[in-house]
Amino acid sequence: MTELSMTQSPTTRIGSGADAENRLKARYRAEKRFRAYGLISIAIALSFLAVLLGSIILRGWTAFTQTYIQLPVAFDAETIDPEGTREHSALSTADYRTLINAALERKFPEIADDRTAKRDVQKLVSSGAELELRKMVLANPAVIGTTADLWLPASAAADQVVKGNAQHDDSSGLSEGALAKLDALRLAGALKRRFNTYLFTAGDSRQPELAGLLGAIVGSFYSLAITLALSFPLGVAAAVYLEEFASRNRFTDLIEVNINNLAAVPSIVFGLLALEIFLNVLGLPRSAPLVGGLALTLVSLPTIIISARVALKAVPPWIREAAQGLGASRQQMVVHHVLPLAMPGILTGTIIGMARAIGESAPLLMIGMVAFVVDVPATPVDPSTALPVQVYLWAASPERAFVERTSAAILVLLACLAVMNATAIYLRKKFERRW
Amino acid sequence: MQFLTLVFALLLLSAMVYRVGSRQAVRLGGGGKGALHSLPSYYGYYVALWCGLPALILAAGWMIFAPYILKSLVMAALPPDTMALPAARLSLLMNEVKQMAASGDYRYASDEVARTAAQRYHELHTVSFAAMCVAALSAAVLGAWYGLNRVSPKLRARNAVEGIVTLFLIASSTIAIFTTIGIVLSLLFESLRFFAKIPIFDFLFGLNWSPQTAMRSDQVGSSGAFGAVPLFTGTLLISVIAMVVAVPIGLLSAIYMAEYAHPKFRAVAKPLLEILAGIPTVVYGFFAVLTVAPALRALGASVGLTISAESALSTGIVMGVMIIPFISSLSDDVISAVPDSLRHGSYGLGATHSETIRQVVLPAALPGIVGGVLLAVSRAIGETMIVVMAAGLSAHLTANPFQSVTTVTVQIVTLLVGDQEFDSPKTLSAFALGLVLFCVTLALNVVALNVVRKYREKYD
Repeated sequence: MTELSMTQSPTTRIGSGADAENRLKARYRAEKRFRAYGLISIAIALSFLAVLLGSIILRGWTAFTQTYIQLPVAFDAETIDPEGTREHSALSTADYRTLINAALERKFPEIADDRTAKRDVQKLVSSGAELELRKMVLANPAVIGTTADLWLPASAAADQVVKGNAQHDDSSGLSEGALAKLDALRLAGALKRRFNTYLFTAGDSRQPELAGLLGAIVGSFYSLAITLALSFPLGVAAAVYLEEFASRNRFTDLIEVNINNLAAVPSIVFGLLALEIFLNVLGLPRSAPLVGGLALTLVSLPTIIISARVALKAVPPWIREAAQGLGASRQQMVVHHVLPLAMPGILTGTIIGMARAIGESAPLLMIGMVAFVVDVPATPVDPSTALPVQVYLWAASPERAFVERTSAAILVLLACLAVMNATAIYLRKKFERRW
Repeated sequence: MQFLTLVFALLLLSAMVYRVGSRQAVRLGGGGKGALHSLPSYYGYYVALWCGLPALILAAGWMIFAPYILKSLVMAALPPDTMALPAARLSLLMNEVKQMAASGDYRYASDEVARTAAQRYHELHTVSFAAMCVAALSAAVLGAWYGLNRVSPKLRARNAVEGIVTLFLIASSTIAIFTTIGIVLSLLFESLRFFAKIPIFDFLFGLNWSPQTAMRSDQVGSSGAFGAVPLFTGTLLISVIAMVVAVPIGLLSAIYMAEYAHPKFRAVAKPLLEILAGIPTVVYGFFAVLTVAPALRALGASVGLTISAESALSTGIVMGVMIIPFISSLSDDVISAVPDSLRHGSYGLGATHSETIRQVVLPAALPGIVGGVLLAVSRAIGETMIVVMAAGLSAHLTANPFQSVTTVTVQIVTLLVGDQEFDSPKTLSAFALGLVLFCVTLALNVVALNVVRKYREKYD
């Protein structure tokens, strides 16, 4: 309907007639379509989240159990301690593998004369079993000379077959004969899946079934403790100065621009800074959680300053006026009134900053926290990895069993994050005040 | 450990002195209100600061400077023929010496010179530490004595203490400036060393990247080429794919959340979306390698396409998923900030809800959305772990998303993880790449933050 026709026939109302009806319908259809686009986008984003979490949980949950094989182990005095001295050094260097091999032969008498079959079956038991036996003997030398049915950890290859993560054929790394023996063990009830204690009590290892997260968890803990100890006081102090004391001038503008920019600088650049300043100039030890903590401090400081400023801003001005009206100095006003009121918000921001720091790995790669470290670090200057870096390292390992371990490490990392974020949400809900 | 004990002792001493100081103030004030200038606790803090601060500064100074002084002392005492060694050998020797001195285990010394040097180092370290302890403790005692003597009802203790606190506050807020200066200086310093070996023009515009330099002069095939253009295009390709995924999904989700969603739906869906932002990037990398890349490969094979296992496509898609919540929450804020008067005007003219959004709300919110997208681009360019795990290592100059490409951050990581020699162009080139990365993201951030701020001012 054009303007011309409107002026010519004033009786025709705008938006009537079949033409207009159709247009209106088309417009409503467009409205519905647009709405649907929005819903579909949200659905796509959430389905990505579901697939991501689902695939990791499916792959990872089996790593929390470990297959054990029951074997009749004879603690043969001849093998363990031929001289009969029962000395610690002799017991700890004894050849426990022989005991396990003998136990396997006792379990499967038919392999006794077949060297290949023997070698194949030996692949079912983890080298961690030797450590278990040694631990038993060292704890109680009286077991020497006795025979016991013991549950010993299975090798990674056998473990993966039992869990169904690997095909029941050659691709599992086990031969036909070994697989048949594994089935026989299962039928005899000599196979069992127990909670995987290695995952939480051991450091890293080349053997997947012996590799654990404790070293990485301790490394992350040290780094995070240092980050918290530095970035919380510094961040709050900076926020208090900028929000409560500084007058707006070019200097404070410069600080503000810097903080906002640093919050968006890629974390790997902080890693380069840490490498150059902390390692090359100051000569601090490589791969140490101390340096990792310092680097993460630089990464998380801008976030903490920004959220602390928001929390301080939310405290209404009349609190400050009342405090000063009663004769408090500016610092007394801040310390006695403003900070306590802003503290829940500041803590929430700090926890969220820490949650980001614990998942951060790029700066840690730069300062060498990616080494293969077997020992659990005793102090913050010992070489160490961190949880996300351990995920990266395991993800790069070729063994199939590490896929499951990596997923389990991710689940542990996500659990830490969930706990931290839940704490932050709880704090916010509990102490949030509307003025 | 000993150092921590010293610090702890100093802190304990200060705490004790705090009590003495505040009691002294009460005694001098005679208990009458108004006789003292400040509250008694401020006199306590005043004396405690005099006791603890100089001593702690002394201890920190020793901690920072002692290694350098000890090193030069030990090196000066080396036999002349050892001193004549090349600098690299000498620094290797000194590292060994330091390590032995720290562990106290001289059995595995490489030669007699190193052993005596290590023993000398250890000796000097012990002596100087003891001397520093004595100095710090006497400084603490002297400071406490001086502070206590100065306590009088007239002393402006609060002003003095608050002055120190203000200094601390100012110092904390300048850390941001020093961090930026530190980044610029360290990147610039190493980059200049790199550009002294490789011309800057070759680096920025060269088309060939293969940083493996020859370790020995007779080695063939690895001359080292530092043309970074393939890295820039690779980074760009992955970022563009990420943006193609993230911008529509993020923006449409934000529109739905801000304009249509029931508050209850919003209360559930928004935190769920933000979980995506909280997941560590290393997890996304693992997801890309193990789930997305094989799925895409299978999909490609079923329609007759060969998709590389480390294709730019799979990396870009996963990075896009990571960025969705970033874009959606920024756009959500921006859209919610558009004043309702604009919407009501549009409804009053008969526009439907979606017409209002497309023709009124979005144009009004555009600057803010553009700012948010620029910030997201800067994040995509600087993202490290996803690309390190999922993208390729070798540099290809291609715009084909099914091929593998490498990025700036991947190269920085591969060049700097493992052994580093800070005189080879291979290691130094990582800093030049870091400098480029920093400059690009800085420019994007400055523009984006300005756009967003201008936009906020418009509707405030």
